[in-house]
Amino acid sequence: MEIEQQALSNPTGVETIEVSGSVALLEALIAEGTEVIFGYPGGAIMPIYDALYDYKEKLNHILVRHEQGGIHAGQGFARTSGKVGVVFATSGPGATNLVTGLADAMIDSTPLVCITGQVFAHLLGTDAFQETDVINITTPVTKWNYQVTDATEIPEVLSKAFYIARSGRPGPVLIDITKNAQIQKFDYSGYTPCNHIRSYRPKPLIRNEYIEKAAALINQAKKPFVLWGQGVILGEAELEFKAFVEKSGIPSAWTILGAGAIPTDHPLNVGMLGMHGNYGPNVLTNECDVMIAIGMRFDDRVTGRLDKYAKQAKIIHLDIDPSEIDKNVQTTVPVWGDCKETLPALTALIQQKTYPEWLQKFRDFEQKEIEAVIKDELNPASGELTMGEVISHLNELTHGEAIIVTDVGQHQMVACRYAKLNKTRSNITSGGLGTMGFALPAAIGAKFGAPERTVVAVIGDGGFQMTLQELGTIMQSNIDIKILILNNRFLGMVRQWQELFNQHRYSFVDIESPDFVALAAAYRIKGKSISERGEISSSLKEMLEHKGSFLLEVMVTKENNVFPMVPQGCSVSEIRLK
Amino acid sequence: MSNQNNTEKPEGKQEFTITVYTENQIGLLNRIAIIFTRRKINIHSLNTSPSEIESIHRFNIVVQETEDVVRKLSRQIEKQVEVLKVYFNTNDDIIWQEMALYKVPTDIIAEKASVERLLRENGARAVVIRKDYTVFETTGHREETDALIRILQPFGLIEFVRSARVAIIKNSDGFNRKLREFEKAEPGEDVVENEYLNKGQRIFTM
Repeated sequence: MEIEQQALSNPTGVETIEVSGSVALLEALIAEGTEVIFGYPGGAIMPIYDALYDYKEKLNHILVRHEQGGIHAGQGFARTSGKVGVVFATSGPGATNLVTGLADAMIDSTPLVCITGQVFAHLLGTDAFQETDVINITTPVTKWNYQVTDATEIPEVLSKAFYIARSGRPGPVLIDITKNAQIQKFDYSGYTPCNHIRSYRPKPLIRNEYIEKAAALINQAKKPFVLWGQGVILGEAELEFKAFVEKSGIPSAWTILGAGAIPTDHPLNVGMLGMHGNYGPNVLTNECDVMIAIGMRFDDRVTGRLDKYAKQAKIIHLDIDPSEIDKNVQTTVPVWGDCKETLPALTALIQQKTYPEWLQKFRDFEQKEIEAVIKDELNPASGELTMGEVISHLNELTHGEAIIVTDVGQHQMVACRYAKLNKTRSNITSGGLGTMGFALPAAIGAKFGAPERTVVAVIGDGGFQMTLQELGTIMQSNIDIKILILNNRFLGMVRQWQELFNQHRYSFVDIESPDFVALAAAYRIKGKSISERGEISSSLKEMLEHKGSFLLEVMVTKENNVFPMVPQGCSVSEIRLK
Repeated sequence: MSNQNNTEKPEGKQEFTITVYTENQIGLLNRIAIIFTRRKINIHSLNTSPSEIESIHRFNIVVQETEDVVRKLSRQIEKQVEVLKVYFNTNDDIIWQEMALYKVPTDIIAEKASVERLLRENGARAVVIRKDYTVFETTGHREETDALIRILQPFGLIEFVRSARVAIIKNSDGFNRKLREFEKAEPGEDVVENEYLNKGQRIFTM
């Protein structure tokens, strides 16, 4: 093994060395800078795990408790680090357990390379033990996938996989490797990273005429409005975006995945868009004259009813993915390209401006929202605890420096609405797919992606029970994650809809939970459960100051509703405050 | 895929032929097909074969849809990693043909001179003549091949099969030059042309 390692460290030499497909795979991962692998072994991936035994020093493998946990951890890692998440799973059930995470990563544009074992090539199609047609199952939920049946393909396929996963609009890639290819020895001549595939154009060429048209529209605008999404973060264009916003002076609102690209308290950050977003950004969507959408895709949860969405406005859409242009909202000026390049070009052409009256409108709506919703949510005078006040206390303690990982549902909306974020890559959540069970494993990955930062996983009592087995991963990996369960003893978001739209017919939303603190203790994780207002701050402080992972359960009021809300089928300007 | 008659045109919809240049890759057919099935759109005709360029395959896909839907479908297809280029065209923009084979009892053909005349009039050519049956072939548009079915039905048509549509885009100079552009690490304007800049041209291109 040692001899092999020496030879492999000199890939530029013409000399070749005989290695197995598994070793070639691990060498590829090292060459791509992989720091951590989230995985679970099994029969069809055993040769890779056998090779991994000798690579323990170079590749940190985290044994998860379920492949879904593995892939969500990979997503969390990718989202906080900006690197490609790497996941291992075996064939059959191992691979099918990845599907939810692949779908989540696909819709949220998260770069992943998933390696699945597969039965021997000669057994393909024979219904062999743990054989599943993984390529066809995962085709709709991967940016690219490929089945390797010959070891000699591995270096090139892996280099393509990483290139495709991270370039352009990122996304998940799955490589299915048959067992014979993992075992097969071949003459390995080193690893060459991929930087061009002739049929794949990750970035459109930037067309200046469109940048000029966009700048002209912006310069003439009286009530311009910026909507930004995760594209700003994925494109690592936070500074370019900030420069654009500050020079243009345009009020800017974010989609849930765009949160944190500029700090929460930036004077031009007017809040969150969408169904449970802020009042002003939703209402004024239908009043702005020029809308500048940057790295976002006009999801239905953002737009509400499309035929009543910003019909008065000229729309400028900056996106790297040409298929997003005109997909949901008809664009006036399309600006195809990487926003790291298009934003500075646009900033150079726009005039330095401010829109004090227009901005004041957002602030007036904010005041109304504070009076009608936020005041009672963040500072309730009496009664049971609210989710909002817990987040508010958390903000005071973290000062907006923590990474907030959320699951899906009411707590997610509350946490995203109220969490203070000073830094980019601080808001990790399942946006497009709405995957309950995402937060706990994603928090594990998030911590590996940003080990120096505090990671707080805010989770509901329902979602926590979907992937709570990953407490085992936290225990064994000995990592430091703060788990904050906001327990309302309901599947709260569905209950809210049943209350508002199904005449209080609470159909199967009443969920019982185990003793979460005892459960955490079983995994040697310290825990605490509180239900008194006076305990919130001190308990959060205890959680944050504790060395190692900590589970804090906060019993919150059972039947609180998240407002404002754009009811389904309504226009964004019909947003309800109660 | 269906064999249904598509001469009826639902409101706003018309026949579009989507031409796709791709790498020759296992699984790509599925990747393209699911773009249609996900949206519950029926593929009326599908042909895939090697193009004039080695290793590059050409798909012809026929759908009955609105232009807006076809544009969105085309963008989703072009987004696939192994797809080089997608064009979509109305029937006015293309020259197209379908081939059909008809199996008819030989004795009837032999007895009825009128049948032979009808076949000749419809441009049919005998491919195989056996004692028991004869196979004729015609090439043309759907209406033409359909017409011959109706003609042969009373004379004991045994079996019929029709190929998918193959289509040439009138306003196209092939793919060789474009491919050379694609092979460069920094593709030129030719590759990143888009429909906004090419308004007025009859070829859609992204």
